[in-house]
Amino acid sequence: MAWTEKILRVNLSDKTCKEEPLNKEWAQQYLGQRGLATKYLVEEVDPKADPLGPDNKLIFATGPMTGTMASTGGRYSVITKSPLTHCVACSNSGGFIGQELKNAGWDMVIVEGEADSPLYLYIENERAELLPADEIWGTSVWHTDEWLHKRHQDPLLRIAAVGRSAEQGCLYSAVINDLHRAAGRSGVGTVMASKNLKAMAVRGTQGVGNIKDPKRFMQAVNTAKKVLADNAVTGQGLPTYGTQVLMNVINEIGALPTRNAREVQFEGANEISGEAMHEPRPSDGKPNLVTNAGCFACTIACGRISTVDKGHFSVKNKPEYWGASGGLEYEAAWALGTDTGVDDLDALTYANFICNEDGFDPISFGATVAAAMELYGRGVLTTEQTGTPFDFGSAEALVKAAEWVATGEGFGKELGLGSKRLCEKYGHPELSMTVKGQEFPAYDPRGIQGMGLTYATSNRGACHLRSYTVASEVLGIPEKTDPLTAEGKPALVKAFQDATAAVDSSGLCVFTTFAWTLEDIAPQIDAACEGEWTAARLLEMGERVWNLERRFNLAAGVSGKEDTLPKRLLDEPAATGPAKGLVSKLDEMLPEYYQLRGWSSDGEPTPETLQRLGL
Amino acid sequence: MHFLVAGGGPAGVTACETLRRLDPAAEITLLCGEPGEPYGRMAIPYYLIGNIDAEGTRLRKRHGYWEGLGIPLRHDRIASLVPDRDQVILEGGERLDFDRLLIATGAHPVSPPIPGIDLPGVVHCWTLEDAHAIAERADEGSKVVLMGAGFIGCIILESLVKRGVRLSVIEQGPRMVPRMLDEVAGGMLQAHCESQGVRVLTGTRAESIAESGGRLAVATSQGEIPADLVIVATGVRSNTGFLDGSGVDCDQGVLVDEHLESSRAGVFAAGDVAQGPDLLGGNRQVHAIQPTAVEHGRIAALNMAGQGARYPGSLNMNILDTLGLVSVSFGNWEGGGEHQTLSLDSRDAGRYLKLVFDDQDRLRGAIAVGHTEKVGILRGLIQSRRPLRGWRERLQRDPTRIAEAYVGAIEASA
Amino acid sequence: MQRALSIDPGKCTGCLQCELACSFEHTGLFNPSRSVIRVFTFHEEGRFVPYTCTQCAEAWCLQACPVDAIAINAATGAKEINEATCVGCKVCTIACPFGTVNYSQATGKVVKCDLCGGDPQCAEACPTQAITFVDADQTGLERMRHWAVKTDAAAHA
Repeated sequence: MAWTEKILRVNLSDKTCKEEPLNKEWAQQYLGQRGLATKYLVEEVDPKADPLGPDNKLIFATGPMTGTMASTGGRYSVITKSPLTHCVACSNSGGFIGQELKNAGWDMVIVEGEADSPLYLYIENERAELLPADEIWGTSVWHTDEWLHKRHQDPLLRIAAVGRSAEQGCLYSAVINDLHRAAGRSGVGTVMASKNLKAMAVRGTQGVGNIKDPKRFMQAVNTAKKVLADNAVTGQGLPTYGTQVLMNVINEIGALPTRNAREVQFEGANEISGEAMHEPRPSDGKPNLVTNAGCFACTIACGRISTVDKGHFSVKNKPEYWGASGGLEYEAAWALGTDTGVDDLDALTYANFICNEDGFDPISFGATVAAAMELYGRGVLTTEQTGTPFDFGSAEALVKAAEWVATGEGFGKELGLGSKRLCEKYGHPELSMTVKGQEFPAYDPRGIQGMGLTYATSNRGACHLRSYTVASEVLGIPEKTDPLTAEGKPALVKAFQDATAAVDSSGLCVFTTFAWTLEDIAPQIDAACEGEWTAARLLEMGERVWNLERRFNLAAGVSGKEDTLPKRLLDEPAATGPAKGLVSKLDEMLPEYYQLRGWSSDGEPTPETLQRLGL
Repeated sequence: MHFLVAGGGPAGVTACETLRRLDPAAEITLLCGEPGEPYGRMAIPYYLIGNIDAEGTRLRKRHGYWEGLGIPLRHDRIASLVPDRDQVILEGGERLDFDRLLIATGAHPVSPPIPGIDLPGVVHCWTLEDAHAIAERADEGSKVVLMGAGFIGCIILESLVKRGVRLSVIEQGPRMVPRMLDEVAGGMLQAHCESQGVRVLTGTRAESIAESGGRLAVATSQGEIPADLVIVATGVRSNTGFLDGSGVDCDQGVLVDEHLESSRAGVFAAGDVAQGPDLLGGNRQVHAIQPTAVEHGRIAALNMAGQGARYPGSLNMNILDTLGLVSVSFGNWEGGGEHQTLSLDSRDAGRYLKLVFDDQDRLRGAIAVGHTEKVGILRGLIQSRRPLRGWRERLQRDPTRIAEAYVGAIEASA
Repeated sequence: MQRALSIDPGKCTGCLQCELACSFEHTGLFNPSRSVIRVFTFHEEGRFVPYTCTQCAEAWCLQACPVDAIAINAATGAKEINEATCVGCKVCTIACPFGTVNYSQATGKVVKCDLCGGDPQCAEACPTQAITFVDADQTGLERMRHWAVKTDAAAHA
């Protein structure tokens, strides 16, 4: 079975924590994590609810593989209605707290209502209580983490928390767990802070079991681990360079959005690449990268642990930042570096530390800084408004911006609005590189056509992780397609979207799919979970999840009209590289995509489609 | 060569085994003062709640173990040690010559000199026989008064509660286990006991015990407490009485040097009866704990067999599980002087940690309440005298990272 | 030749597969809190150090046990807890200067590494060979043995 079959319902208004049984019928339809929690959200939250009001709910959800020995089986997701996009938000994170929650005996925690003073949720196995957080309100995630560890004198306590950015209303604040793992996107941390919930601290010692056929499960797990070890991407590329293996690759194919996507190639890419993170620094002879690190149960270990050069201006006289912490992943390095034109690896690493320390999404943050830099360059924003010269390429501006967003001071308050609201406020909505209010990440749809459709149709606003067609269009996984053509992309996007929704509902990491197909995943789930789980069933389940999310968004008032891209990507051709002269061919792909999905021309699921999927 | 080992506790047993290993041909005699095979007092609480039977308390479980070692068990005690000859006179009257003698005769419980202390229904909790007596009277619902909340008292406290008795604890000192825990830790223990329905009176003296109609009543400085059973656990004293005039110097116990040898050549002492070197320096100490008894027994045996082993000294340490609250203490936990104390008090979360360092950042003592994970490292740190200089700042911020500091120190010691 | 666990912290990624394998082998559940191998995370240094019993020659735990519940497995050299005999008195947990015998609230007994009877599952599960099971005289545990000598209360004259 693999589920604990228990849900913890936490009502902040009443200050109650109650146990209830998991809806096993829904578990058979939505598996867990993203799918199952979305089902709960859809059933319980009015799509029109104010995302930052007491009627929104915040769900921490594990999957049936979470806490098991399946490689990468430590994931959890935070599901809520996003204040950034007004769509359903589902942010996935690794680290260790997901498995801890499962070990404490919970599949899911549903947080509802709003507390009248700051609280944190303490869970020790079946015991759950809301405790005062006044002493940590107004402090960073890192401080909160240390305070809670001391408070409970338990080095093994796992903690997820929001930082000051979330308290200050930054719309893209994250929930940070285990110091530097993030349920990063769409402002899930902002929702948590709006409820006056500072942190969740979990200790679980009950063990994860309920495995249908333990022997078969271990065989499936071991077989699948070997597939990861033998694969070039998951066995070598990711452990060595992390996702940062992509910086130079994407630059070369001319799909690296640069300086607020004005360009598609960055002259400084190599300086901030995965390779550069291995280069010894002149100052102390040490490389940026200290080690790679694995999340719970992960046999890939793509995580970066880095340091900033002690002599760098950002950390000079600040020894608290001299130690190692979570380093740059590709999308963060892109947003903080490429998109802002900053090629200073130490500045990027420091900004990334700040994103973790005070809990905000480096993608949305970097892209918002990039938009502000373009507004500044055009004279729309002045130094008086920004508080410092805000030119593309300014590492100083980047570092200050991060510190300001962290605390909500000065220009940080405006940057915390995100690119869409910032650009609208200053009369240039076209300069916002967002879809449905969320900043798109590190792949330019002009150079990787599938990603245009991915961004436009993503259920949580622009995002690469909803259908990572880069795998096929650039890396040739599972088979190579031409990144410059629109042909076949609607089907590719749909297939990736559905498969990813399935993986996101399992407790496993989507990065496994560089090596695994659903044929590798299904046997693991099948051996663990009640019911028969084939690859086909998982795919169908993924499609059900996708349509469920879509319906929530439509009901929230986000229509098919918003399945589009920033004008720049549709009108301004790439100036250099292999994609030179190309724009995104979204208009060629979207109708076909709707058709493949079984949606009307307005992008609404037809009754037949809904019926087919049991919705 | 005849090795005579007096005392069938952990020290005597370990000594016998070590001697046999070193000298397969030697004659070894083990004198046991109590009936049956050697057993561990540490097991008595578990015997009291029926987790184990009397056999389960045995120090060595295998049948025919002693015959197999060729070591006869003699159930007798030494009445006196002949001053000018290597000979003892047993209580049974027999004289035994020896080449080397190990005094591992342990300790006996002492009672406060108050009226009524000898009444029936007033018992100690020291021997297996005492345990039988307690088991007979401590029935569910019966009223039990435990005099003394020292280590022995606390170790049986849980088993009494588990037997369902209505328990009152009287402790003369200002807190529970005053020689093992400081005020915070002792207070936590008391609060925890009280939350589980145990009445705890600290700073309270028992003045007399009276009997009427088969019922006992303990008069204390805080009033009278009725009882069906009174358990006296107010302390123990080393069994050295038989050494008067023998030429073996005694203080609180038999004074021994770093070879565990007494003032009289060829006569050694080990365990609860021995007052030997303290690992942390200073005066010789009686550390009446199981690990010290075992170490004493082993090292005394090495020296009895002529191996010339030096003992750096014993470290006082204790662990208690009181109704689910685990507390430990090591070494010099009092601190003071040039010592630096780091402590973290989370008593409402059921945790407390206190670390005492010397002026060279070496751990000298510790108390931990509510911690069960990797507590042994506290011993390792004290015993190895490893300075934790690089960790000072981090430990100041959060002392619970001591295990990390320890593993880091091992790593660095390569 | 007896074999021993060899640990190379430089290769460890902190994934806890070893803890999972250990707990699954001994309890049938995936439960890191019940694992007798524990990975220490040195966050500021970016280091992960798997840590468990070295089966040290001094056998502090075995020596300190008042009820004879710890014995040496002649085939593997592991010091093993006999659960049926252990009363849960915890004396071994303070006697072991490495902190590698621990009390388990779940069972009321103490637990320590038993080398899985000669096929340690932690080494089996480790994806990076940070933990290997090798001939005893080549192990990286020399460091800890060295430490054991330093802490030996019976340093010979």
